[in-house]
Amino acid sequence: MDIQEYFSLVFSDYTLRTITLGTAILGAVTGMLGSFAVLRKQSLLGDAISHAALPGIAISFLITGAKDSNTLLLGALVSGLIGTFWIRGIISKTHLKSDTALGLILSLFFGFGMLLLTFIQKQPNANQAGLDKYLFGQAATLIESDVWMMAIVTGICLFVLLLFWKEFKILLFDKDYAKTLGFNTKAIDILITSFIVLAIVLGLQTVGVVLMSAMLLAPAAAARQWTNSLATMVFLAAIFGAFSGVFGTAISASQDNLSTGPVIVLVAAVFVFVSFVFSPSRGLLFKQIRFIKNRRDLQLHKTLSFMYNIAETHDDISHPHEIKILNNFHGFTKGTLKKLVDKNYVILEGSTWSLTNDGFKTALNLYNQLTKKDE
Amino acid sequence: MSNKIAVKVDDLTVAYNYKPVLWDIDLEIPESVLMAIVGPNGAGKSTLIKSILGILKPIAGSVSIYGKSYEKQRSLVAYVPQKGSVDWDFPTTALDVVMMGTYGSLGWIKRPKQKQKKAALEALEKVGMLPFKGRQISQLSGGQQQRIFLARALVQDASIYFMDEPFQGVDATTEIAIINILKELRKAGKTVIVVHHDLQTVPEYFDWVTFLNVKKIATGPVKDIFNDDNLTKTYGINYKVSIQE
Repeated sequence: MDIQEYFSLVFSDYTLRTITLGTAILGAVTGMLGSFAVLRKQSLLGDAISHAALPGIAISFLITGAKDSNTLLLGALVSGLIGTFWIRGIISKTHLKSDTALGLILSLFFGFGMLLLTFIQKQPNANQAGLDKYLFGQAATLIESDVWMMAIVTGICLFVLLLFWKEFKILLFDKDYAKTLGFNTKAIDILITSFIVLAIVLGLQTVGVVLMSAMLLAPAAAARQWTNSLATMVFLAAIFGAFSGVFGTAISASQDNLSTGPVIVLVAAVFVFVSFVFSPSRGLLFKQIRFIKNRRDLQLHKTLSFMYNIAETHDDISHPHEIKILNNFHGFTKGTLKKLVDKNYVILEGSTWSLTNDGFKTALNLYNQLTKKDE
Repeated sequence: MSNKIAVKVDDLTVAYNYKPVLWDIDLEIPESVLMAIVGPNGAGKSTLIKSILGILKPIAGSVSIYGKSYEKQRSLVAYVPQKGSVDWDFPTTALDVVMMGTYGSLGWIKRPKQKQKKAALEALEKVGMLPFKGRQISQLSGGQQQRIFLARALVQDASIYFMDEPFQGVDATTEIAIINILKELRKAGKTVIVVHHDLQTVPEYFDWVTFLNVKKIATGPVKDIFNDDNLTKTYGINYKVSIQE
């Protein structure tokens, strides 16, 4: 199946539609909530939470013997939340920094989860196969009820986000100040964190424990490059996330044996890369272009003002001077000289140059103009 | 200055770990003064403000604002945190930050409307930042960011203002602009409490001063207690600040 075939099938084929819808919704909700994680400088929290969810899946299976995703994800939710509150506990109760606490909980829970998974695999009954799909996710296992679940959680999440938008914003920007205004910052904090955990757990089946944090961070990091407004950032992150889901699914469905989770993450990474390079205000490319252009302009202006200083010492400003005397001046090149001629500031005659009236006037006001532009 | 007590602190003791940062502070701040809190680094100046505002939980002691607990009087109090305490790359505009000053009176869930926006614009105008209202906050200079923080507190229309080093990292023009606004506030009967570092400007800017170094050294009118004796007690070394006049 190639990509075109995929897009013609996506509206008719039930399985394909379910998976596409599922990954799109997942991308949207994780992108949305990921914005908050990124702005709170808790990018690694998502990684820790998703890894912390693994033992929950295993224990849930050991207790119930069930393999339906809702039961297992409930276990994931519980152990993810436990991991999160341990992290918060470690940070507030000890002198350890947050990266240490995150790393500690991540590896501890993941190690324990892996231990349980191997234990389960050694069990004699045949039911255990497939639990390891939660490591890297398997979008193909999504069924309609899973998608409904995602849609409902996303709906609730959107509702809460709109309802407490102002509270979320002030908590993200200035927590202490929010406290003095009388907001219960702890409650808002727990609300945001719980939703982040919920979104991560929802994605485990599709993207898996190991790669889940990318779903949270990549769309948000990409979105930040394009806007200076929080609302736009959250919206863009949701869009980027959703498209990553759709394109990722399309690519993986059209190429046999490509697992969906990693492809979705790679597509999201493309969004990040493009955003980092091509965003007009924060992107590397335009920043570099602006930087070079500014330097050139400054060099040009400095050359002109150097000429002005020479011309000033003569009664006649258009008195010709040798080009040679400019050679020691840093920033002077044939290129800048030619540009000055193009602008009609300078007249070239053989190996001499002279300032025009225009050039003289411009040079006179140069410093004032430059400082004015700075304002 | 009237005879009313705006802020009263009793037996306040605060510790982060084992060592107390503030020890047994008793403090009465009268209404309508412009007060500096001075003391060396680590003296607990910011901690004192944060404890009064309930950001930090004290080990012991109590705080009252006009005779009632702080929780009940929250609407009378505005806070200007240290500029460095937030991420200025946060995706938002100057106006938006100032609008946050209205969130407290709005309470949960309610959105700011035209009335709040008008108040925010007025505050921006007062600090001379109206032309920058749409500017992304990372593209403001340090002094401009400080003015935005001040405007955000002004929007709260409080009776008591707590400010944590509002002059840190600002140029002379901004410093004068800020102090003029603070003096205006005092004239309007407000109480302004400022964590301050520059001892030279204390007599010129403030009419009330508290010397702090874990313990309270002295508090009172600048003209009475701002002297070498108290400075020496606070800073530990022989301090000589010649006061003009």
